[in-house]
Amino acid sequence: MVNFSDPLSPREREQKQIPVLSPEFAKRRAHRNNSKHSEIWNILDRVFDPELPGLTIWDLGILQDVQQIADQWKIVVTPTYSGCPAVDAINQDITSELAKNGYNNVKVAITLSPPWSTEMMSPKGKSHLRSINIAPPDENDLVNCPVCESSHTKVISQFGSTACKALYQCEDCFEAFDYFKHF
Amino acid sequence: MSKNNQNLIRLLIGLADDSVVLSHRLSEWCSNGPYLEEDIALSNIALDYIGRARMFYQYAVELEGEGRTEDDVAYLRNERQYTNLLIHELPINDFAFTMVRQYFLDVYYCQYLLELCESTDERISAIAGKAIKESRYHLKRSEPWIKQLSEGTEESQQRIQNALEELENFVGELFLMEDWEKELVADGIAVDREKLQNNWNQQVQSFLAESELKFPDSQLQIRGGRNGIHTEHLGHMLSEMQYMQRTMPGLQW
Repeated sequence: MVNFSDPLSPREREQKQIPVLSPEFAKRRAHRNNSKHSEIWNILDRVFDPELPGLTIWDLGILQDVQQIADQWKIVVTPTYSGCPAVDAINQDITSELAKNGYNNVKVAITLSPPWSTEMMSPKGKSHLRSINIAPPDENDLVNCPVCESSHTKVISQFGSTACKALYQCEDCFEAFDYFKHF
Repeated sequence: MSKNNQNLIRLLIGLADDSVVLSHRLSEWCSNGPYLEEDIALSNIALDYIGRARMFYQYAVELEGEGRTEDDVAYLRNERQYTNLLIHELPINDFAFTMVRQYFLDVYYCQYLLELCESTDERISAIAGKAIKESRYHLKRSEPWIKQLSEGTEESQQRIQNALEELENFVGELFLMEDWEKELVADGIAVDREKLQNNWNQQVQSFLAESELKFPDSQLQIRGGRNGIHTEHLGHMLSEMQYMQRTMPGLQW
């Protein structure tokens, strides 16, 4: 629904706002910036979630740590949902991406604590979701249509194509879309 | 192996069995849901429970240290070796029954896992911290369903009422403690489930009262799951679930 009293679209309004970093993401970013292994972190920026095209494991928030133990590289990731079937594929992608760059002794470790939350996502990750027509997580579950930006949306099912998404429909443009659940 | 470790493994296998059995039941709705979105939702919840079962099984076989894998435990034990609480294994029946059971268990897990987060065993506490977020989300979905069905048509009301009556004898077991589990409570590892019953009753009764439903407080408590004594249904379910590994041992995807 176009609101004539406000000349800005929700997206424009969002862009005008000063971006607020979640404390969870700020903590991850500080940890990464203080790490001695920036080369490894940068290589891992080429590993993507298999079910969210173009979203890196860093931006999704599941890449937690890079450690060097003797001559082995330990990559620590946390799963989004406990039954997430993408975990095995992500582990393989991490190992093969690092191998391509000459790091062959790699171990991927899973951590459960602290549990993953959408607050760990990067702001870039959230805006990327919107660009692939997935509504990004919102802490009040206020969901705007990623196509026409209308706030006039309804939930169709609390579970969408994967466990991390819910299915919504826009009541203005009728587009059915995924909402990345705030979790 | 110390007695304490034995008890801990027993606890972990029991929790894993609860999850894997319920997960299989939920997955039976796959391609049979009332409509596509429900189908997907129930399958997704099943997936959450599979993940939960795997985390508990993996920890249990690591502690055991006898080379068993999570798959061995799930696929190669018979019904008398399964130790799930009985409510998880009841057949899916109709959609109303599935949702009432889910609602009961969602309320239960939201309370149980919250306590389990305080476990002195760090790994258990981490698993609980992960799982409780999922159960809270499940509850957000099962609550409105109970409301919708119980305030819907005469038929949906009747089906909800039937489900409540069928489940009444199986709820009590959720709150019955075994002696070995009490020992783990004393060590701060496990949760005293007996203490959860009042809160559970209160939350469920007041929610059902909003829709003018009553959950009969049954005196008859069917029990035995944690000791491998099951209803007739589990064996049938396992024969379906374990079919592939039993016919072609060691088969992998």
